[in-house]
Amino acid sequence: MTHDFPALGLILLFPLLGVIFNIFFGQRCGRRVVNFIAPAAIFLAFAAALAAFATLLGMPRGAALGFDLWPWIEAGRFHFDIAFRFDALSGVMVLVVTGVGALIHLYSDGYMGEDEDYARFFAYMNLFAFAMLILVLANNLLLMFVGWEGVGLCSYLLIAFWYDNAEFAYNGRKAFIVNRVGDAGFVLGILTLISALASSGIWTLTFTEMAKHRETLAPVATLAGSLLFLGATGKSAQIPLYVWLPDAMVGPTPVSALIHAATMVTAGVYMVARLNFLYALSSQAMTIVATVGAVTAIFSATIAIVQPDIKRVLAYSTISQIGYMMLGVGVGAFASGIFHLMTHAFFKSLLFLGAGSVIHALDGEQDMNHMGGLKRTMPVTWVTMLVAGLAISGIPPFAGFFSKDAILASTYASGHIWLWAVGVVTAGLTAFYMFRLLFLTFHGASRIDASKRGHVHESPAVMTVPLVILALCCLIGGWIGLPDGILWGDAFGRFLMPICPTLKLTPAATLARGSLSPAVLSAIAFGLAVSGIALAWSFYVMTPGLPARLARNLSPLYRMLLRKYYIDEIYNTLVSRPLFWLSQVVLFRGVDSAIIDGAVDGTGLGVEASGEGLRRIATGNVQHYALAYLAGVLAIAGYYVYLVHRH
Amino acid sequence: MNHPLTLITFIPLIGMALILVCPPAFKAGYKWIAAATTLPQLIIAGWLVHNFSTNTAGIQFVERYPWIRAYHIFYFMGVDGISISMVLLTAIICFISVFASFSIEHGEKGYYALLMLLDTGMMGVFVALDFFLFYIFWEVMLLPMYFLIGIWGGPRREYAAIKFFLYTLLGSVLILLVMLGLYYYGVTPTFDMTQLAAQSSSYSMTFQRICWVALFIGFAIKIPAFPFHTWLPDAHVEAPTAISVILAGVLLKMGTYGILRVNYAILPAASHELAWFFLGVIGTVNIVYGAMVAMAQTDYKKLVAYSSISHMGYVMLGMASFTAAGINGAVLQMFNHGTITAMLFILVGVIYDRAHHREINGFGGLAQQMPLYTGITGLAFFAALGLPGLSAFISEVLVLIGAWQRHPVMTVFGAGTAILTAAYLLWCFQRIYLGRLDEKYASLPDLSLREGFTLVPLAVIVIVLGWYPHAILGLLQTSLNHLNRVVLAATPAQAVALH
Repeated sequence: MTHDFPALGLILLFPLLGVIFNIFFGQRCGRRVVNFIAPAAIFLAFAAALAAFATLLGMPRGAALGFDLWPWIEAGRFHFDIAFRFDALSGVMVLVVTGVGALIHLYSDGYMGEDEDYARFFAYMNLFAFAMLILVLANNLLLMFVGWEGVGLCSYLLIAFWYDNAEFAYNGRKAFIVNRVGDAGFVLGILTLISALASSGIWTLTFTEMAKHRETLAPVATLAGSLLFLGATGKSAQIPLYVWLPDAMVGPTPVSALIHAATMVTAGVYMVARLNFLYALSSQAMTIVATVGAVTAIFSATIAIVQPDIKRVLAYSTISQIGYMMLGVGVGAFASGIFHLMTHAFFKSLLFLGAGSVIHALDGEQDMNHMGGLKRTMPVTWVTMLVAGLAISGIPPFAGFFSKDAILASTYASGHIWLWAVGVVTAGLTAFYMFRLLFLTFHGASRIDASKRGHVHESPAVMTVPLVILALCCLIGGWIGLPDGILWGDAFGRFLMPICPTLKLTPAATLARGSLSPAVLSAIAFGLAVSGIALAWSFYVMTPGLPARLARNLSPLYRMLLRKYYIDEIYNTLVSRPLFWLSQVVLFRGVDSAIIDGAVDGTGLGVEASGEGLRRIATGNVQHYALAYLAGVLAIAGYYVYLVHRH
Repeated sequence: MNHPLTLITFIPLIGMALILVCPPAFKAGYKWIAAATTLPQLIIAGWLVHNFSTNTAGIQFVERYPWIRAYHIFYFMGVDGISISMVLLTAIICFISVFASFSIEHGEKGYYALLMLLDTGMMGVFVALDFFLFYIFWEVMLLPMYFLIGIWGGPRREYAAIKFFLYTLLGSVLILLVMLGLYYYGVTPTFDMTQLAAQSSSYSMTFQRICWVALFIGFAIKIPAFPFHTWLPDAHVEAPTAISVILAGVLLKMGTYGILRVNYAILPAASHELAWFFLGVIGTVNIVYGAMVAMAQTDYKKLVAYSSISHMGYVMLGMASFTAAGINGAVLQMFNHGTITAMLFILVGVIYDRAHHREINGFGGLAQQMPLYTGITGLAFFAALGLPGLSAFISEVLVLIGAWQRHPVMTVFGAGTAILTAAYLLWCFQRIYLGRLDEKYASLPDLSLREGFTLVPLAVIVIVLGWYPHAILGLLQTSLNHLNRVVLAATPAQAVALH
């Protein structure tokens, strides 16, 4: 049941107006106006989203608000519309995108305060919000893809924002191209679905129609689900396409917080949840999603524990956390995956903004070896980041505890005991690397360069207020999804249930059925998290020399982690170089120049010789050409007249 | 308006006459005469689109008069959904290319006169419905192009012009032979394309196949399809900016238009039988090969030229699908490619006029010095790489939807090439516009008003068609779906009723 609600258009309109204003008038109107308009656009969108959400809460469960703009693509019997849908799932997403987005826009006023290109920056940020909102509000898969690639564009533009640095420009390009690999899969997934639907007379791609005719999708569910998931591994930085995200950290830090942590990179999780009816049809596709998620989670967590760059640690942490979300949706706990998506948006954006606050205070320093002891000079940043650290580590009652616990419990219940084990170990690693980050940055002796030490300062209110609000969210944001039986229980899950019902996977015969109770599972995860924190404490606070000694003794392992398992190098050797060789040597110089042109130039057409001839005729006097041409035309016409007469 | 098609076709000839009689003292006036000629053409095109009925697949605005009775040759003009979109495209591109020509500094009289003649030839090809008349216009278009490249081109202009001429001449000869063959072997000798289509089943299948392949080669040279494409990069590199714009914007479309108008409409049975290879396989090769070779280019203009080859491959692939989605996508892609590539060539011209070279590796950091120029280039690049929200995405995705039903393997290549396209375009973008600005370009001016005037309308079209493709699709649909049904029905045994 869809209720027509034109005000949905406002959620999209405000950011769009922001884009237009910033592009055309931003530089002219000056920094203060832009600093006001750009966040205001997102705050207004947030307000509109709240209004829509309130309306939705007043309606029966499973209802949705809809807003149709115009028929978009019509060819043959196919018709895809520009139409939006605001239901429990997209509603939560919209609130996260506009809510967290608004705070980050506000923070950017301070962070980008000295940048000359502020208008361009905010134009891109507003454009990102617009594209992301299209992604989550689209009522059909094809329109969703518009947002999907649109956010990729903004990601590219913002990673390469400081484009005069060649490395940054390269990283932006890398992000876009790696995403394109995934998107090719996404497009093929769309095609698979379209043809399956068309063969039974469904000529559209709206989520509701697809869900209604899910039985026609059954034969292609595994193929389509896997292809679409390839797209998700690009956008959501999962194995094998995660390689772009760590390099994306060269963009301005608010960008890392908004796009590369809180919203865009979680689009893959949203897509799987949105298409839960499709994935439910194929246990193979689900297993792929869950396995890739779990493996990615632990893989990138191991890289995170040795990285010296504060933003890179957070980047690998993001990859790892999205792995959790994928694990969640992959074992059929769609609501839990989205729940973790939301809490992650709180604590990871806070972590990035906190890191940004530190970087801002240290004049761009990102190496944690040159930080330390900042808790006294930057108390607000320290406390808020500590809250986020506790949340991501899964310490109750902070938000991350509930969402991560829900995912791990569902994994265990689904019979994927190994994946659960991987998830639990990752929880311990997470706590370790996160507190390593906090201790290296805020505790111990100061290792800050002498030149910068003098003017280290706490950030201005425009930056700290968002930190505090987000810290509050990290504290209480998880309480809407308590374990069943405690107080109001899993209100969040119940709210989402009509849209993405939890899939009760019956463990296959090959999978062991675990016998541990949920409370024991929680205790194990909690215990590992606390051990992780304790280990970080002993490494980086008690005996600061220990990590370096360890690194020396385990040098090959340490170097492998530091170099990120050499994945970039492997991709370069196996993909990029052969491709360029094929392009330049074989096809261009070989086929095109030598073979085809060689044949053309040589087949006695005497091209060069004729060229000589032309030079002699080509006197440059146009009247001559015109005359010659006219004569030719007259001759032909005369010939025809002659023919006609003879007839 | 009584004879809109005659008018829109021959207005440029009036302009040409005016330019030729205009005394050299008023040298500065040539370009304005040209502009004043193409503007009414554009207005008539708009009028045609406005008054065009999208409910019928029939021919509209018909003008039909006997011309050479003895040979049943008629002065027969008319448009259907396919040609009306091309008429509109031609009018837009010609108008813009006049303004893109303002940097021509020698032999202006000849240049603008030939440009006008070229305009008439192109417009005529799209409105002619008598094969003989069609052929005349086809030839009329060839010579001005040859001279425009050969005289106003770059250093290797003669080589490029001759190469263009010989290739195209070969194509013309093949088309001429088929035209005469169809005339002499028909049950009633005629050049009337509608009549030829009506009597197509009377030709023997072998004869149809031979004609089809000969016509295909004739048209494939224009597209250009692999392996007949090597004239294109040379022609583009040497041609002046506006001529490249016309070449890529309009001329290439004549190849695929010809296949639809002649091969599909007149020889549907052979089309049904042969398209999978000649359009499907070769189209796929075009897509992948064009993109791969584009990646190897160091000359900005050559890169755009090869990208054209790749993008025209989608047109072929869509046509090979014989599905409503594929074939509508194909013609929409013709329109979109026309506008986007026109932008790209204008953009190449902008930097060439300033820096006097086109070495991709010789630039860097232009974004800092020319932000407006860089912004529009970014838009054009992302349009070219099929970013959703911009026009080419719609046509490419329709092509893929259509092709997937029949040729899934080719479609995988088509979809996969989107990665390569992004790779070579963004790599090029990075090398020219991003990075550190070279000192020697620190004084380049940003876009001039005139350059902006040529680019902005195209940019608007590219954005609008990304969100409202119906503006063009609506024109095409009825005619194309009808044509598609004709082709599908032509071999009842094979005609699987695919949407």
